[in-house]
Amino acid sequence: MAPQVQDEIDVLPPKGVRPPILGPGQTLRTVTDRIGGVVLTKHTPVFWLLIVAVAVAITGILNTAIGYLLMKGTGIWGINIPVGWGFAIVNFVWWIGIGHAGTLISAILLLFKQSWRTSINRFAEAMTIFAVMQAGLFPLVHTGRPWLAAYWLFPYPNSMGVWPQFRSPLIWDVFAVSTYFTVSFLFWGIGLIPDFATLRDQAKTLTVRRIYGMLAMGWRGSARHWNRYETAYMLLAGLATPLVLSVHSVVSLDFAVSVVPGWHTTFFPPYFVAGAIFSGFAMVLILAIPFRYLYGMQDYITLRHLQNCAKVMLATGLIVAYSYLLEMFIGWYSNDKYELAMVHNRLFGPYSKYYYTLIFCNIITPQSLWFNKVRSSPALLFLVSCVVQCGMWLERFVIVVMSLQRDYLPTSWGMYWFTKWDVMTLLGTMGFFTLLFFLFIRFMPAISIFEIRALLPQAKVKE
Amino acid sequence: MSNNSDSQSSLIPASEIKPATMELEAVRSKLADAKGPKYWRTLEELVDQQAFGDLLEREFPRHASEWIDPVSRRSFLKLAGASLALAGLTGCTKQPLEQILPYVRQPEELIPGRPIYYATAMPFNGHALPLLVETHEFRPTKVEGNPQHQASLGSTDLFAQASILNMYDPDRSIAVTYKGEPRPWGEFLGSIRGRVQYHKSNQGAGLRFLTGAVASPTLGSQMRAVLQLFPQAKWHRWEPIHRDSIRQGSKAAFGNYYDPIYKFAAADVVVSLDADFLSGSWFPGFLSYSRDFMSRRKDPKAGMNRLYVAESAPSTTGAKADHRIPALNAEIEKIARALAAKVGVGSAGGEQLSAEQQKWINAAAADLAKSKGRCLVVPGVFQSATVFALAQAMNAALGNVGQTVNYIDPVEIDPVEHTQSIRELADDLRSGKVQTLVVMGGNPVFDAPADVQFGDALEKFAANEQNQLIQLHIYRNDTTDFATWHVPEAHYLESWGDVRSYDGTVSIIQPMIAPLFDGRTAGEIIAIFIDQATTPGHDLVQAYWRSQHSGDDFEAWWRRALHDGFIGNTAFPARQVKANAAVPPAQTAHVAGQQGEFVEVIFRPDPTIFDGGFVNNAWLQETPKPLSRTTWDNVAFISPAMAARYGFLRLEQKTIEQSDRAKNVNADHQSDAENVIEINVGGRKVKAAMWPQPGQPDNAVTLFMGYGQKRTGRVGSGYGYDAYSIRPSGSQYAGFGAVQATNEHWSIAVQQGHFTMDDRAPVRSSNLEEFEKEPNFAREEPEPARDESLYPDFRDKGWYQQHAWAMAIDLNSCIGCQACTVACYAENNISVVGKEQVQRGREMLWLRIDSYYEGDPANPTMYFQPVPCMQCENAPCEPVCPVGATLHSTEGLNDMVYNRCVGTRYCSNNCPYKVRRFNFFLFADYETPIRKLGRNPDVTVRSRGVMEKCTYCVQRINAARITAEKEDRRVRDGEVKTACQQSCPTEAIYFGDMNDPNSKVAKWKKNQRNYSLLADVNTRPRTTYIASVKNPNPEFEKA
Amino acid sequence: MTTAQPIYGMMAEFDNPTDLVHAAEAAYAAGYRKMDAYSPYPLEEAAEAIGSHHNRVPLVCLIGAMLGMIGGYALQYWVSAINYPINSGGKPFHSWPAFIPVTFECAILGASLATVFGMLALNGLPQPYHPVFNVPRFTQASTEKFFLCIESQDPRFSPAETRRFLEAQHPHEVSEVPY
Repeated sequence: MAPQVQDEIDVLPPKGVRPPILGPGQTLRTVTDRIGGVVLTKHTPVFWLLIVAVAVAITGILNTAIGYLLMKGTGIWGINIPVGWGFAIVNFVWWIGIGHAGTLISAILLLFKQSWRTSINRFAEAMTIFAVMQAGLFPLVHTGRPWLAAYWLFPYPNSMGVWPQFRSPLIWDVFAVSTYFTVSFLFWGIGLIPDFATLRDQAKTLTVRRIYGMLAMGWRGSARHWNRYETAYMLLAGLATPLVLSVHSVVSLDFAVSVVPGWHTTFFPPYFVAGAIFSGFAMVLILAIPFRYLYGMQDYITLRHLQNCAKVMLATGLIVAYSYLLEMFIGWYSNDKYELAMVHNRLFGPYSKYYYTLIFCNIITPQSLWFNKVRSSPALLFLVSCVVQCGMWLERFVIVVMSLQRDYLPTSWGMYWFTKWDVMTLLGTMGFFTLLFFLFIRFMPAISIFEIRALLPQAKVKE
Repeated sequence: MSNNSDSQSSLIPASEIKPATMELEAVRSKLADAKGPKYWRTLEELVDQQAFGDLLEREFPRHASEWIDPVSRRSFLKLAGASLALAGLTGCTKQPLEQILPYVRQPEELIPGRPIYYATAMPFNGHALPLLVETHEFRPTKVEGNPQHQASLGSTDLFAQASILNMYDPDRSIAVTYKGEPRPWGEFLGSIRGRVQYHKSNQGAGLRFLTGAVASPTLGSQMRAVLQLFPQAKWHRWEPIHRDSIRQGSKAAFGNYYDPIYKFAAADVVVSLDADFLSGSWFPGFLSYSRDFMSRRKDPKAGMNRLYVAESAPSTTGAKADHRIPALNAEIEKIARALAAKVGVGSAGGEQLSAEQQKWINAAAADLAKSKGRCLVVPGVFQSATVFALAQAMNAALGNVGQTVNYIDPVEIDPVEHTQSIRELADDLRSGKVQTLVVMGGNPVFDAPADVQFGDALEKFAANEQNQLIQLHIYRNDTTDFATWHVPEAHYLESWGDVRSYDGTVSIIQPMIAPLFDGRTAGEIIAIFIDQATTPGHDLVQAYWRSQHSGDDFEAWWRRALHDGFIGNTAFPARQVKANAAVPPAQTAHVAGQQGEFVEVIFRPDPTIFDGGFVNNAWLQETPKPLSRTTWDNVAFISPAMAARYGFLRLEQKTIEQSDRAKNVNADHQSDAENVIEINVGGRKVKAAMWPQPGQPDNAVTLFMGYGQKRTGRVGSGYGYDAYSIRPSGSQYAGFGAVQATNEHWSIAVQQGHFTMDDRAPVRSSNLEEFEKEPNFAREEPEPARDESLYPDFRDKGWYQQHAWAMAIDLNSCIGCQACTVACYAENNISVVGKEQVQRGREMLWLRIDSYYEGDPANPTMYFQPVPCMQCENAPCEPVCPVGATLHSTEGLNDMVYNRCVGTRYCSNNCPYKVRRFNFFLFADYETPIRKLGRNPDVTVRSRGVMEKCTYCVQRINAARITAEKEDRRVRDGEVKTACQQSCPTEAIYFGDMNDPNSKVAKWKKNQRNYSLLADVNTRPRTTYIASVKNPNPEFEKA
Repeated sequence: MTTAQPIYGMMAEFDNPTDLVHAAEAAYAAGYRKMDAYSPYPLEEAAEAIGSHHNRVPLVCLIGAMLGMIGGYALQYWVSAINYPINSGGKPFHSWPAFIPVTFECAILGASLATVFGMLALNGLPQPYHPVFNVPRFTQASTEKFFLCIESQDPRFSPAETRRFLEAQHPHEVSEVPY
């Protein structure tokens, strides 16, 4: 695309001046053409085809892994007794965490009237939905009999007269995750309606117009409609805010409710939520930075956005770091022999190297974000985000595996080794995620057109 | 076709089941018709014809199949079994033609679904294990001990429990073969008759019989008859785990063969000279001995006995000792001498002994002297004749004879010294003196002493076309390769016979079922030689006893014998024997010199597969071996210090913690890649995986026999090393050799990675003195009070009022013999997962016996703790189940609803005791018809993806409740026995209704030593433990 | 110019939001009520100007939330305490603390669904056909142009009058909106 554009945009402004939210010289028309163009253009960029091809291949791996799983049973994974949960649950928590930034950006930042959110909220929401789709896969397939778990987890009247057991955090999960998915989808969906209308009206061919016409549901931008629309949007934001905080809290309860030393801690909910936002924003950067390069969207996703994401990461990263310390402190302070053993196992146990890697990824690395230089260098930010992403995966690994591996009776302590099937499944979901995301970029406006319009100076009503 | 006949067996009431002789004929002809080896010769061949080839291919990714292997291994069995079904099933639903008598009611009254118990006995290593066998529709499904029989008292050992699986083993030999080709029985009979005629003509010259130790009066009398008919014929005996030392020892001490009978109940002080009488049935009388011994340890206040053990290989007996001293096998004899000198037998030969050993001797001697007539010195069966003689001399000197020890005529018929016997045979085979060799049972090619080179002797013998080897065996084994004729042997559950138990009491062996594969008994083979070929086994046995029985009430007498499972007053009377004062000279020559770089090489039977006869028994393979907790392989014990010297360990181990950590980088490994060492005895070498075993004497390596057979079923092949291959006849249980480190590794499947308690005190223990001072030592951290919980107690809501099932496990009595574990396998249809899955930590056993070590690795204190499901009242596993597949019953059981389980494994994660087991694959074998026969019809066979765990044998509880309800009464105490409780030799497990104040379990729960495991987690376990109290000698330090 | 067959209304196109708002205010002042403004992005002033202030979406949302919350808790209570009570690890049948997460999620779910579908319903969407689309340049309404449409339903509407009125608001162009 247009790297030269990028060059003049990404120059650091003089000290004290913050980069703009929008590039210079934008009008209602240019906004529409630039963003809508990505979707309506006839020629599909080569890099898109390449990426999608690779993604499809990796998705194939995912299908193989799951197919073989259904054939053989969960035994193909590394799990055992005592470590009954392995990669599957680690991946689940990881993906769910990633899925948090989207709704957070669209909802909470909206409520706080953070206008910079507008350029990134659309694809952040898409990211959320796709991430939750990956996450949702795991709790299902990790069960011994997925073909039953698929519906026995939902409360439906049946001949056996049995129901789900509502005291179980896993049921809370089912409700939390499915609600979260639905709400995020609605949020994303109504956000898209006006833009679909735009595409409908911009469409060059009849079929395209028909398709987007249907999606736009006859939206015509009536002031009355906008009025209700805005109210609904605000309400959804208000609903999504507690929801997004609740989801990862509920996920954390899977652990906190149990009696396993290393799981049984009350500060898990905030700890998990912070971690989720942390990894979520890292993922936003991982997606935004290539996206703005590939599609030359530097006018819309400016350094300002990257910097703000980086700042949020820094803040949440510090909360996460604090949680790690707290985990150790509580272990020590409880003076409970099992908790102490848990701490000892984290630091000196057979998996300690993972723990130290985690510290490096999630505590040491993010500190670089204190520096404006790093915050303003897309390349560095991309790197840091990747490291943080690994760190957050490791965090879940440490929590899930290292706690289960050594619990109460020394005689039943055990080790966990992942198998290639574990790796294939994790990799596969990444491929699937990428696939979905690039399909989204091609066929839907990745940046909210109508919200960007509202930011333009000429959009204001002069008295 | 197989499936139909299988469903028949379960659906059609017994009354309508026709005698299956027709089918059997059909089967025989089928087997005969099928030409060539193809049809059945080896199952590999058979299966290669069929799907198995592609089945392996389909196992696509190579490394995946590395550990999915057991699945294919099982599928293999399935295919194999299917092919055997037609040979097997037809027989199964058929009751033997002769009348056999049920333990409680007549078979005519058989009610489908209602088990019937028959009394019988299992011949084992030259004596009997008396049994009751549970049969469903005439299919034996479970083995229990015979409560009325002195040699069992209702309990069994793991071999008896697992023996039933051998009967349903699809790898059994299924037809008569001539040089590997199938032949009908008639043809065999014809050819043998010719042979017999010929030998009649030459007085039986060149006619030889080889059997194991025979304790069957009938067979004995037949053999005598044979030897009369063929004066030149010879009868050889070979048991790889023989008791020659006792024979020689008693010759030396009493001038004749006698078997000692010990009365542990009467002994206040027991000194064991390498005698593992609490370890296994290779020590005759093990079951009743351990019961007697532990009867003195139930209540510390009521005169506890004291046990001194000097042992050369760590054993469960040593684990229970109050004073244990590890000693080289060679030193045991010195210790015996020194001890003897102290109690006034002979004079000390100035043995040089370590300070600890000296102290041990002094203390023991003092104690013995204090309790003359109430003490006991027990020599080990694997010790030298001298030790035996010394021990008996001491017993005599201490006035124990008649009090705590008696001597009876040997239980073995016409006892011989087996080593000598097998060597003679081998020599004769070489020198061509033998023309016909009849091998009944056993596998001499595999297990004869290495220097006897029996295999090569047989090769010479077989080189002559005229010579014939006739083998009778339940499997086709290494010896079968030389057999002219091979005849499948009937399993003891399929045969008529009789056998004497360790005290001489005779049990009649009655079949539960007609031979599945048309097997024959040794008696029936011998009968051919005395022209009774047509006489069925039943008549042979009955005829013999008719001849023995005086009086005309034989029928009634016979019925009684069958019913009770033994013949009254057939125990041998005690002989008044005089031990000659002269102490036998030092006999173990190898003691002198031969130190230096040499280490002592100790041979022991494998604790779970014994002499190798059980190598194809999946239950026993997967049962962890006591102390080491290893499965599926035999290892070579060496002391941790020695392992460190060889550079196998990262650090010199001062403590158990270190030995744990040093075992490998991460101590929680379920799969230990152990260094392989090469043991060299007199030029013969074998490579074995070393195992640093706390308590192992330094400079000694202990090898376990039985593994490494060339020819065995799928279950037993490819594991372990062959200790027999270097076992010299000169020193069969201990000799000297060299050990060399190699850089090879062999991965071992271990079921326990940690042997330390850390600071968690899962096992509470004390000693008598301390206990008297602090009787409540077990309750340092009392269970949180009920009112501490925010939640209302279910008791207040009227729950757990009718029955409250509970269990108490006496850690003092548990000898870690693993009988309960195997009993649980048998009762609950538990799947076996195979070595690779065990290494992944997926073993399925519902009841594990945790072993803990404490103190100095050179001589640690060891504890055993059986851990079944705790049936917590506040079960952490239940609230986390999203589908309510595990929940509480009104009687307080933690029920598992298999068909509701979706397999989230959350319950297992949340179980502090980790007693839940998960079907990661389809572990259960749904295909092999013959396996289905042996299953307990009252217990679900669990499918893939389902969690399972101990249920307190809920099927037994329900059965008892139903009976009780019909009779309109409460379930009586002791009416419900869990499988583990029933099998336990020492009655360490108490189960019953807590609500019934008079129940045993309720009383034990009140005991001050009673404590809950992990009480502070507030799970309120229904299973609790009785802390162990040892009884060390207060003067020990002064000694 | 004037045609016999009835029309939907008269539409004026503006280049910027300011003109639109002013025009709308003027129209309202002139007594026009049945009219609507169209803009490519939400324009609060426009809504105010044509006199649409409040809407009932929040009420719908509240009802949804209530239904979700009550339904969620009721389900759990009925299932765990009445229909099939089980003793799960000694926890009471009615373990209300454990029921809160699901109740909460149900409330949010109910509220969100009600909000979105309520909003669409009140807006009369999806709506396959609407006369305003008959104006060729109306496609600009979703890009950069602003429209004010006075509908023929309005009592004060008369083609000539209204057209004159609108042209007075210096629009970019005024056109009829046929049905």
